Amino acid sequence: MATAAVQPGERETYLNHQYGIKSWLLTVDHKRIALLYLMGITFFFFIGGFFALLIRLELLTPAGDLVQADTYNKLFTMHGQVMVFFFLIPAVPAVLGNFLIPIMIGAKDLAFPRINLLSWYLYMIGGVLMLYTIINGGVDTGWTFYTPLSTEFLNTHVITAGLAIFVAGFSSILTGLNFVVTTHRMRAPGMTWSRLPLFVWAHYATSIIQLLGTPVLAITLLLVVCERLFHLGIFNPALGGDPLLFQHLFWFYSHPAVYIMILPGMGIVSEIVCCFSRKRIFGYQAMALALLGIAVVGFLVWAHHMFVAGISLYAALIFSLLSYFVAVPSAIKVFNWTATMYNGSISYQTPMLYAFGFVGLFTIGGLTGLFLASLGIDVHVTDTYFVVAHFHYIMVGGMVMAYLGGMHFWWPKISGRMYPEGWGRLAALLVFVGFNLTFFPQFILGYMGMPRRYWDYSHSPEFQILNVLSTAGATILAVGYLLPMIYFLWSMRYGKPAPANPWNAAGLEWMVPSPPPTFNFDEEPVVTWEAYNYDEIKEEVPVAQ
Amino acid sequence: MANNVDALYIFLLTVSALMTISIFTMIIFFAIRFRKRAGHQAEQIQGSHALEITWSVIPFCVFMVFFGWGALIYFKERKPPDNSAEVYTVAKQWMWKFEHMEGQREINELHVPVGRDVKMIMTSQDVIHSFYVPAFRIKQDVLPGRYTVAWFHPTKPGTYHLFCAEYCGTSHSGMVGSVVVMEPRDYEAWMGGGGNQPLAVTGERLFSELGCVTCHRSDTQGRGPNLVGLFNKPVLLEDGRTVTADENYIRESILQPAAKIVNGYKPIMPTFQGQISDEQLNALVAYVKSLGQQPTGQTGGRNMATATPKTQ
Repeated sequence: MATAAVQPGERETYLNHQYGIKSWLLTVDHKRIALLYLMGITFFFFIGGFFALLIRLELLTPAGDLVQADTYNKLFTMHGQVMVFFFLIPAVPAVLGNFLIPIMIGAKDLAFPRINLLSWYLYMIGGVLMLYTIINGGVDTGWTFYTPLSTEFLNTHVITAGLAIFVAGFSSILTGLNFVVTTHRMRAPGMTWSRLPLFVWAHYATSIIQLLGTPVLAITLLLVVCERLFHLGIFNPALGGDPLLFQHLFWFYSHPAVYIMILPGMGIVSEIVCCFSRKRIFGYQAMALALLGIAVVGFLVWAHHMFVAGISLYAALIFSLLSYFVAVPSAIKVFNWTATMYNGSISYQTPMLYAFGFVGLFTIGGLTGLFLASLGIDVHVTDTYFVVAHFHYIMVGGMVMAYLGGMHFWWPKISGRMYPEGWGRLAALLVFVGFNLTFFPQFILGYMGMPRRYWDYSHSPEFQILNVLSTAGATILAVGYLLPMIYFLWSMRYGKPAPANPWNAAGLEWMVPSPPPTFNFDEEPVVTWEAYNYDEIKEEVPVAQ
Repeated sequence: MANNVDALYIFLLTVSALMTISIFTMIIFFAIRFRKRAGHQAEQIQGSHALEITWSVIPFCVFMVFFGWGALIYFKERKPPDNSAEVYTVAKQWMWKFEHMEGQREINELHVPVGRDVKMIMTSQDVIHSFYVPAFRIKQDVLPGRYTVAWFHPTKPGTYHLFCAEYCGTSHSGMVGSVVVMEPRDYEAWMGGGGNQPLAVTGERLFSELGCVTCHRSDTQGRGPNLVGLFNKPVLLEDGRTVTADENYIRESILQPAAKIVNGYKPIMPTFQGQISDEQLNALVAYVKSLGQQPTGQTGGRNMATATPKTQ
């Protein structure tokens, strides 16, 4: 039974409001649901990371000698599926978005608290199906499920893997729906659209992609399952289907999915850069519009994954051109973050270090994306390690950096405790160095012609030295990821109690105590200020306690 | 081709490096110059549309150069020269099978003479594969159920890696081979005086064995269209569309004759789906292409050794 558990003299917070397993599993508090997600996401991050480490160890030597070929194929498949669908896509929205959006707009909760809980259960059901797939022997389709390989030629657990992602997809759709309605309907008086923090704008744009894109993926995976089970000729030419149709449908979701991963990260970085530069964001309007622009144009570039797949010459030209259009708003964001720092008062706490890392790595990831959008170059480097390096710069260098930056920035708010700053900076440095050492050599490998998803490269020993560097980097990266896990847990018990506003940051979430009470605000706040009003926030004097 | 791709690559690298360095320099300079210190207040700036437009328009113009240059190369890559030598390729888990017009067959090794344009006409027996020769900077997915085409112009003798670049199951990383580029006279020696039946001749034999010749006669009296001179010509269909008779059209017309009915003919042709192998299909396509064009056999225009090799 859930019981009120506040000790005398202790302030009531969302954490001590009730105790007991039921008070968590049946909670409709967006903050508690965020923590439930945090546990699931962290679990899958380390599963996916473990697979990655095995992949890197196998590639240490040219011969395929650590695991069998089939095992290796399963490792990269499940690394991709777990990381993309059970970590990267849900991580920032479901944890930080869930926790922060209602507070940032001055609401008590999301618009549909019960649907929010349902989303978590759907995510967990999908996760359990994925674990079942892994434990039962895995799946080796590649995370992309390309047909007819996946529908006709493999005897692994394709159906359960497909269904796992199908179910988790509904979690993503419902979360998106919840955020859109919340942003429209639940804003506090005075919290106009032009006063919304960019973090909220970023999630709004993300949610639109989730709502419009995810159903297409769900349908596509269902069709794969149907073709496998009932031999309906949809994608397999031997049955009268078209394998390119699958690729069009798959990438129609899976390209915008990249923006589901990176836009929330951009939101986080905008918050952090402003706070630690003590400045307004440079060009608020352009930053918000760029987020929406990326979300919209991002839907029109999917076939740039298919330049050598057998699409027509003119389709390739159009998709190449449109891919450059999506690069423009991305460029605006990078320049505006840089301009935000101009004549600021900059300090280098851990979240800011991650934000620096994000801007740098996202720049490299974005520029190498321009290489891939250029048709002549893409023909050579697509399906090689160049692509692997490129999307890891965006997803790991970009999104994971932003996620960790955000976790450090809002950890005092979430847990009510400070993390150890020295360890934080060390981990940020390790992640940055380890990341670059892991993935930069892969750009060179790719241009040298090493194809991706190769278990054995004994025919090309010239690839080894760069692979050794990459594996060395991966071990540093692993330490960099384990450290925050350890000191966050440590800080929950031993960390310094956090004040309401440890960073002297702007925004409603810093005006409520750390950790916040169950209903966030004692009385509905009235907003009379623009976002990032750092000129009105005096340092060392918390706004409210 | 490799030189063109590398030139664009170096251009992209240079521009990207400049952009990266300037952004990084600015960030580092700002981070140090405007670090937090006593007596220094942050200056609040709303933004500047003029600046934002500048750093949208200039990158956009640069991006358009990337696009245009890349597109030019791609155009060339997608259009094999008319007089290319042809190699019919069948990919399967996990090997490459090549057949030259002269009739030589090879597995996982492809021998070509220096200086001859080579057009690969490729299909897969099972899943999607991808024909990738890094040294030539070319890659093309190979699909079941249709032909895809790639071409290259070897300029230097040597042995080059051939990789499958599209994940295709257990031994994906074992689906490797090599392209051996030889001096023309070494190539002649390797080809060794023939003895193989040229592909189009095999196709001709099949064409009569399978009974195709009874309807597709070389006059206008046949129940099927006359195929002489058909290749690469427009064909008017019953539904009013016009299509070009390329390799995929000929292939489809053999396997699914009802898919595109030629104007003025009845859909009476039986399907050959499942009755002939990919290799036999290739031979038939090669034969139909040869009809009414250059002579078939050892001296056909699509052979490796016919044209005088250009030296570069």
